[in-house]
Amino acid sequence: MKRIAKTLMLSIGAFAIATAVQANGKLNLYNWTDYTPTELIEKFEAETGIDVTLDTYDSNETLLAKLQSGATGYDLVVPSQHFVDIMIKEGLLMKLDDIKDMPNYKYVDQRFRSPQWDPSQSYSTPYQMGSASFAYRANSYAGNGSSLKEFFDPGPDACNKIAVFKSPDEVVNMAHLYLGSDFCSENPKEMQAVLDVLLKQKECVKVYSSEGINDRLKSGDVVMHAHWDGFSQVGVWEGVDDLTYAYPKEGVVGWFDSLVVPNGAKNVDSAKAFMNFLMHPENMALLSNFAAYANAIPESVNYLSEDMKNAKNIQVPGDVPVKFGQACNAKAQGLIDKVWTRVMQ
Amino acid sequence: MTKTSPIKVASPSRFRPVWDFPGFSGLTIGFFAFLYVPILVLVAYSFNGSKFAMVWSEFSWRWYIKLLENDDIHSAAVNSLIVAFTAAPIATIMATLAALVMVRGGEFRGRDFTAGLITLPLMVPEIVTAVATLIFFALLNINLGLINVILAHTVFCIPFAYMPIKAALEAMDPGLEVAAQDLYADYWQAFYHVTLPLLTPGIISGFMLAFVISIDDFIITLMVAGAGSTTLPVYIYSMIRTGVTPEVNAVSTLLLAVSIVLVSIYWLLSSANRKGGAMG
Amino acid sequence: MTQSAHKNATLAKLRLFGILPTWVSISLLMIGPLLIMAAVSLMEANVYGGVHPRFDVSSYAQILFDTNLFDEREFNPAYLIIIMRSFLLATAATVLALIIGFPAAYYIARQPDHRKNLLVFLITIPFWTNLLVRTFAWVIILGRGGFMDQVASFFNLLDDGGSINLMYTNTAILIGLVYSYLPLMVLPLYSSMEKMDVRLLEAGADLYANRVELVRRIILPLTMPGIIGGSILVFVPCLGAFIAPDLLGGGKKLMLGSLVQLQFATSRNWPFGAAIAMMLLAIVVIALMINARAARRHASYAQAEGGTAHD
Repeated sequence: MKRIAKTLMLSIGAFAIATAVQANGKLNLYNWTDYTPTELIEKFEAETGIDVTLDTYDSNETLLAKLQSGATGYDLVVPSQHFVDIMIKEGLLMKLDDIKDMPNYKYVDQRFRSPQWDPSQSYSTPYQMGSASFAYRANSYAGNGSSLKEFFDPGPDACNKIAVFKSPDEVVNMAHLYLGSDFCSENPKEMQAVLDVLLKQKECVKVYSSEGINDRLKSGDVVMHAHWDGFSQVGVWEGVDDLTYAYPKEGVVGWFDSLVVPNGAKNVDSAKAFMNFLMHPENMALLSNFAAYANAIPESVNYLSEDMKNAKNIQVPGDVPVKFGQACNAKAQGLIDKVWTRVMQ
Repeated sequence: MTKTSPIKVASPSRFRPVWDFPGFSGLTIGFFAFLYVPILVLVAYSFNGSKFAMVWSEFSWRWYIKLLENDDIHSAAVNSLIVAFTAAPIATIMATLAALVMVRGGEFRGRDFTAGLITLPLMVPEIVTAVATLIFFALLNINLGLINVILAHTVFCIPFAYMPIKAALEAMDPGLEVAAQDLYADYWQAFYHVTLPLLTPGIISGFMLAFVISIDDFIITLMVAGAGSTTLPVYIYSMIRTGVTPEVNAVSTLLLAVSIVLVSIYWLLSSANRKGGAMG
Repeated sequence: MTQSAHKNATLAKLRLFGILPTWVSISLLMIGPLLIMAAVSLMEANVYGGVHPRFDVSSYAQILFDTNLFDEREFNPAYLIIIMRSFLLATAATVLALIIGFPAAYYIARQPDHRKNLLVFLITIPFWTNLLVRTFAWVIILGRGGFMDQVASFFNLLDDGGSINLMYTNTAILIGLVYSYLPLMVLPLYSSMEKMDVRLLEAGADLYANRVELVRRIILPLTMPGIIGGSILVFVPCLGAFIAPDLLGGGKKLMLGSLVQLQFATSRNWPFGAAIAMMLLAIVVIALMINARAARRHASYAQAEGGTAHD
């Protein structure tokens, strides 16, 4: 009995000490997979002495679900613009009044200051921006990505070799682009059309996943995958030379990711330090060189790598529309959820 | 009463007792092959030099070396250990007390209810427990980080610690305590000097089982873990989803090795217990 | 007299002290959450995640009937399909586990003692290792270009660049399920086979029974509690399985376990997830009651036997 009690005391004591030691200078970052360069973290840790832990998620919906289930303890998360909107309305984000006073705020492009989803600029700072569409292996696929029809109504050489994102947000919007209807539609007839498109596509879909995209394309498991422009460029850099990102005539779904601080964050100062750190052109360029996305810091161009300057997949052709996702109201969101549940069944 | 037949049939070798089914030995070998080949494949591919987990190129230690440099795996492993080293002892203590009451406490009201209660975590499907615990913590706003995970683990470790301890208690001869009391020991002295030492191998077995269960838990931890509370199995899951490299095999092999070593120790202890512990 | 009454009182106090921690922790962290989950299943869902504390049975109705996009109530077979798939796969996995495990359990039970213990230990080892890791092993084996593909092409069973293509199919999930829970079938089977008295088999042989009849009329009835116990131990976890359909099914083939998990991740529909979980729980309770009845029947059966047989 004495032995057991002693071991118990020791383990509780060790645990208490461990947690106490970790209370100073920590940052819990919760970000998309493959979206945080180790180099960036190490630079931040070296400059500030703050210890960073990274957890990952695969979609805005997963992030929202996690925050809603009370998973506080994350200091920084990275939602897309319309989800920032939803999170503010749901009271999930911490208001920070000193963003505009941050030393590196001056580097942010004027066009992206006080954006529509955060007009007071008191919740978010810019991360990166890009688009969602589909990408394909040009060597194994005959089409040229000129229309979303290739994605939603694949021909025989792509059927059963397609993968689609696991979460509805971008896929439903792509269907809207294909059908010519508006995002966040509250019209059941329009959403029924979206459902029909997705169900037809499902017959040719091999797997629904938002992770391991480049691996799946590389191994030949699929020849076409729902993709993001920058990450498809990373795929090219990793050796999939023929990975081509499609800019179909109907348009691509644009997104803008921001750093926000959830309510209940324990290391708010570390979070603000990181927000400020990232707005510096050199650091933002580090991020873009890794993730291959465009950003809202114009002077970062001076630090971009040659690979980035020559990145083909992220260059938007002039005539292709880029439509940004919006925060849908409860009725429209309910319709989206219904459609997606039926697709997933 | 004999369980295995002592009958030696004086017969030519081609005559087989009818209860001995031909071909079953082959089927049994097939059975064990089915059980172990996947594990062996997993371990073998962890030494794969190429980046593709599935295409073998050459023997290499590089993925294990990479593991040593991976900070995230370190913190996940540390979290797993902290949780297991906290949940398992607490669960073992509670299970020991419960076993003493159930085996030696005599009849009392609520005995059946208690027996059911203790096995409840085993009966409920793990996904149901995971989801219920998540809702519980969320709605009651209990956000204590790793402690949430520890609380969840402690509860389902209790039945696993309970079973070996109960078995050890039941196998113990109560006459030993009576003998001690004949030698003028009072109840507490008998307990402390006779029961407890004899029970110790059982308690340690229970602790090992609880520890292994906690280290290996995945579904409950996946749903309940918050920021910075990632344990090793949850981390492996996110590795699998981002992309399959032999690094995942390497981590998995290490986790397998830990479980196998612990279970082997448990088995050696409990077979020693079976042979030498209970006298009578 | 008073001394024994005093002893009884201390005994009662000691009992309480010993059993209280377990009572409190399991009630608080197991029964409490289950009750709250039952309550949540009757609440209204918040579209952005979480619940509104309003009474609403629609999550149960949603299993069968759903309001379609036009807000009309219509019969929705989709969840029934998931339920069917879960039942079929769980049943198939149980049957397969029984077929695979039966010969092995029998053979091991007939071994001499020292070998028996070692073999039983070898069966239990995989059970104590991480389920995710063991299922992942099958991802490596069944994946495109994986172990199975390589073996098949080694034996020239595949065209160039072809694949067995088992990944992301129901078969793959089935293999994963059987593999995950096979030890849970074998151990109860083995336990009841070990208890079987060989002399009954000898008696049967003396009465000119051949092997098939031995199995049918003696072994099967005697090992029935083990068969039922093992089947339940495999069926219930398979029904609520999450890892096998997630890793090996590619997210396209949902089972009840992954359906529940989805409601607490991207789908953000807590009441519905809770309703499905309650359904799973109900099935488990029914299965346990069946097992209890069968065990009781066999116990009285064995008792009757034990009365006449001499030890």
